[in-house]
Amino acid sequence: MKNKGKNIPTSTDEFIKGLWKENPVFVQVLGMCPVLAVSNTALNALAMGMATAFVLLMSNILVSLLRNFIPKEVRIASYILIIATFVTITDYAIQAISVELHKSLGAFISLIVVNCLILSRAEAFASKNKLGRSIMDALGMGTGFLFALFCLGAVREVLGSGSFFGVSLFPLDFQEWVVMILPAGGFFTLAAWLLIFNLTKRKEAGA
Amino acid sequence: MNGEQTIERPNSFPMFRAMVGIGALCGLLIVLTYEGTLPRVLRLKEEALQKAIFRVLPGISQTRAFTFKNGGFAPAEEGDADLIYAGYDDQGQFKGVALEASGQGYADVIRILYGYDLEKQAVVGFYVLESKETPGLGDKIEKDPNFLENFKALDVSLSDDLKSVKNIVVPVKSGTKANPWEVDGITGATISSRAIGNIIGKSSAEWVPLIYGQRSDFEKREIE
Repeated sequence: MKNKGKNIPTSTDEFIKGLWKENPVFVQVLGMCPVLAVSNTALNALAMGMATAFVLLMSNILVSLLRNFIPKEVRIASYILIIATFVTITDYAIQAISVELHKSLGAFISLIVVNCLILSRAEAFASKNKLGRSIMDALGMGTGFLFALFCLGAVREVLGSGSFFGVSLFPLDFQEWVVMILPAGGFFTLAAWLLIFNLTKRKEAGA
Repeated sequence: MNGEQTIERPNSFPMFRAMVGIGALCGLLIVLTYEGTLPRVLRLKEEALQKAIFRVLPGISQTRAFTFKNGGFAPAEEGDADLIYAGYDDQGQFKGVALEASGQGYADVIRILYGYDLEKQAVVGFYVLESKETPGLGDKIEKDPNFLENFKALDVSLSDDLKSVKNIVVPVKSGTKANPWEVDGITGATISSRAIGNIIGKSSAEWVPLIYGQRSDFEKREIE
């Protein structure tokens, strides 16, 4: 993690940090498994991003509240237990919201447990900071992750399936780029977004 | 021995307390959520199943659950497993049955429901109840219009002695379907689409002769 210097960051700084400066996907390159696997349609990306953000927020809250109660020797085991609990709760909640949504995301929900973004925020931030800042950190990182996943999902669905949120965009004779919804397409799109993101940041730094 | 330094071991009680405490809290949260969502989840699943039955048996207006016991079909009672859903039209005429079947897909076991029309001697509808196939690829078995076209009239007619299916349903490579009992596969979802063909092939070979042979079990029952 970056050293934040002597200035005490405000809540807004914590939020912006996750969304842009230290975006979990485009800067930290964390949680690549769901980023590449569940970003083949915009809707899947959005639902997965929201589920991850919810687990991140809830686990950050609990880890921050219990930070003085958890000895360092068993901290990782405790964090995993907390994260797994909220993943299970999310799974039940999605089932109770819609059978259809659970059908399309079911396989990937349990994978949120091993998303290193959530564990890294618990370990690097929530376990050392007060509740308010931990919530802002989780909201920023969660929104940043959701934003990145959506960027990938939108591009892959438009090019790979010729649609956006299931609505067809092109004339009938449009030849879909099938490679974009295959795993290779995930890497291509991620590389393109990383390039755009880094160019933008470099311009910002140069300005 | 007296000269040796003793190494101070960390007190294990706080660790024990943290793990047990967090474990109990997490367990409680999970149980509360499970119990809280269970009635709604069961209701949604039941609604989805009812919708699926009407979808795989077009033209029916009533259904009734049956189970296979003692060599015959009898109306299902509470707690019965392996249900078969009979479908009836407006006049109470028995039209066909919806059957559950499952088999190994690409990611996990796929559970499906398919409709068998006795008059047409064909599978007339298909619906995926549960699947963990890859979103965007394997899940095309639920959305691909060309694939779903297979199940509008998939031939499962019986042989002359009515004891077996004349031609067992088989999956074939995409675009090579030549007979009404073949299931045309999907490019990009080869394993999942083949799995569906095999699941229906196996289940229909087993159940269709039994159901047709004992169709009177379904017909003679009064509809509630």
